[in-house]
Amino acid sequence: MKTLLIFIPILPLIGFLLNGIFGRSFPKKLVHRIAITTTGISFLLAVITFFKFLSLDVESLVFNYFTWIKAGDFVANFGFLLDPLSMVMVLVVTGVGFLIHVYSIGYMWNDIGYNRFFAYLNLFMFSMLILVLANNYLLLFVGWEGVGLCSYLLIGFYFHKKSASDAGKKAFIVNRIGDFGFVVGLMLIFFTFRTIDFEKVFSEIVNRGYGVEAGWGVLTVIGVLLFIGATGKSAQIPLYVWLPDAMEGPTPVSALIHAATMVTAGVYMITRSNAIYSRAPHALFIVGLIGSITALFAATIGIFQRDIKRVLAYSTVSQLGYMFTALGVLAFSAGIFHLMTHAFFKALLFLGSGSVILALHHEQDMQNMGGLKKYLPITCWTMWAATLAISGIPIFAGFFSKDEILWRSYSTPVKGHMIFYILGTVAALITALYMFRLMFLTFHGKTRLPEDKLSHVHESPKSMTGVLVVLAILSTIGGFVGMPGWTKIPNIFENFLEPVFKFMPHKGIVHAVEGHSAGNELLVTLVSILVAGIGALIAYIIYLKKEVTPEKEENLGLIYKLIFNKYYVDEIYNFLVVQPIKWFSTNVLWKIVDVSIIDGIVNGYAYLTEGLSVGVSKIQNGFIRSYVGWIALGGIGILYYILINFIK
Amino acid sequence: MKMKITPDFFIYLSMVLFSIGLIGVLVRRNLIVIFMFIELMLNAVNLSFIAYSYKLGQVDGQIYVFFVMVLAAVEVAVGLGLIMLIYRNKKSLDVDEINIMKN
Repeated sequence: MKTLLIFIPILPLIGFLLNGIFGRSFPKKLVHRIAITTTGISFLLAVITFFKFLSLDVESLVFNYFTWIKAGDFVANFGFLLDPLSMVMVLVVTGVGFLIHVYSIGYMWNDIGYNRFFAYLNLFMFSMLILVLANNYLLLFVGWEGVGLCSYLLIGFYFHKKSASDAGKKAFIVNRIGDFGFVVGLMLIFFTFRTIDFEKVFSEIVNRGYGVEAGWGVLTVIGVLLFIGATGKSAQIPLYVWLPDAMEGPTPVSALIHAATMVTAGVYMITRSNAIYSRAPHALFIVGLIGSITALFAATIGIFQRDIKRVLAYSTVSQLGYMFTALGVLAFSAGIFHLMTHAFFKALLFLGSGSVILALHHEQDMQNMGGLKKYLPITCWTMWAATLAISGIPIFAGFFSKDEILWRSYSTPVKGHMIFYILGTVAALITALYMFRLMFLTFHGKTRLPEDKLSHVHESPKSMTGVLVVLAILSTIGGFVGMPGWTKIPNIFENFLEPVFKFMPHKGIVHAVEGHSAGNELLVTLVSILVAGIGALIAYIIYLKKEVTPEKEENLGLIYKLIFNKYYVDEIYNFLVVQPIKWFSTNVLWKIVDVSIIDGIVNGYAYLTEGLSVGVSKIQNGFIRSYVGWIALGGIGILYYILINFIK
Repeated sequence: MKMKITPDFFIYLSMVLFSIGLIGVLVRRNLIVIFMFIELMLNAVNLSFIAYSYKLGQVDGQIYVFFVMVLAAVEVAVGLGLIMLIYRNKKSLDVDEINIMKN
């Protein structure tokens, strides 16, 4: 088991090394065979591990491979923690990752840097698996930074395009701000508990008898600091701005890193730290509030975006907001459940949009789409499955997870839960609206594509559509593992994750929801279905009946401008943060500190030495007689000195 | 009063000879003449060695004189050789013109 587990992350690393070092000289077929074989076997191993783990019937397993850092009483092991939570994450990461690798063959075939792409993708898999398997906060941070690096490299994959390299830098820098919070939180954890191992920290919390903190105790501070890290990686307000720009990367990257896996790292990390958060209601309130506001805020931006991938990007930000809302009301398993279903349907949406973009020769503006159903039937129908899933239409995966989140935020008696519920429900309406808009504008109605272009449109190769079909099936049936309470069918997913939450102080509060009647829960469900239906209906009337195109939307005037320009958040950040830093760097750090002080000191020494040298070198004038004169003068000086001092 | 010749006279003489030698080195331009003045300085030092040796009743000074003489002989050999070469190259023995190491 121990050896088996280490090979799950190691295999993609081998793939990365092979393709990264020798990939240039490999034929294209060998490159993707290496990448896919390694991730494929990694996925198989994950499945084997899953069944072994089930048969062992234990709560968690810790494997320490070697001591990584040891200094004083600070010890960091290279070790893995295998429990239901990391098991779910490993399965999602390797499974979706493998599918997206397969998809990338078709999508990236004509791109330059084929081997580079697959090498980065494999490196990403390795880092992400380290992140979810780590058994301590520091190793988690290694994976955390590793995926950040891969994200940067892959956003800037088309580095010759300025917008792409700028987007890569933006993602990296914005993430640094979040990571600062994370690192400080990590130090505070060690400072408080003298260990950074997950299970040791959590049992220490239990043993020391930390109760639920009424005010701003140490756990609350740790919680807020870690959440700052999560806002960066998982694109929440105020650090979400990098994710929409990250769409500059190739579409499979958007699907894998910026939708299905990496951006959910923050959700995973907070769920992992449930022992801390469940004792810190203030931190939890911040998590839930930021999450639910982000869910609504990002959804509204999605309404008027014209770039198909940008709509999906804001949708991802919004859905991540849902996950944080779930965490905010202690519904950790519901958050992870939504993480999983979201990985399926959002990856599918991105890959579907990639299929459209490829068919239209890299056209992303929905103004120039429409009526593509005839030409891309498989893409169209698989994307419909994902759309229904994300909108929360019954029997599709997203319905169960989103409904669970809304029900929990309605019923769990924590601070502000009704605010979260209302924001989440409104966001659900808007989600249905912008997703149906996207589908209608892309696949239905009259085509707005010129004739000559239309004749070139054809369905993507089988390796791509195959992946779409698999993900569509998962998006459709994936939700059945987590049945809502009123159906009286056991919630397999929640029961499986149960051991992860053994360090929580009050199992009672989570189960307090059971005090509510099943009728209430059914009501909440009906409301969310109704809301999704209204959203879909509005989109149907506007975009299919009245055939409003993105260009006609501009008639809305001020509101359209405000939303289309993303509430001018980038401009505000530019004005409030970027420009002052630029000004300070130019006028203070550069012109005063660097030029005057640092250069001044260095140049000063040079000038001093030069001046002295010029003075001294005048003695060496090349005339022998003057040399002799100096020698004689020196001799006389010595003689004089001796006479003065020794002859009395 | 009868003047008695004491070692001090020889010391004064060596001082005078040394100073003449030094001034000669400083003011003359011809390399050979400078060379001769250097020899004069060396011999002035020899004279002071002998004088002090006699005055202090120690034989060390006389030993040093032999060293200096040997050294002077060697120096003459090397020095004259160098002067010959310089003359061949520059057709001149004016020290003010021998400054190729400068620049």
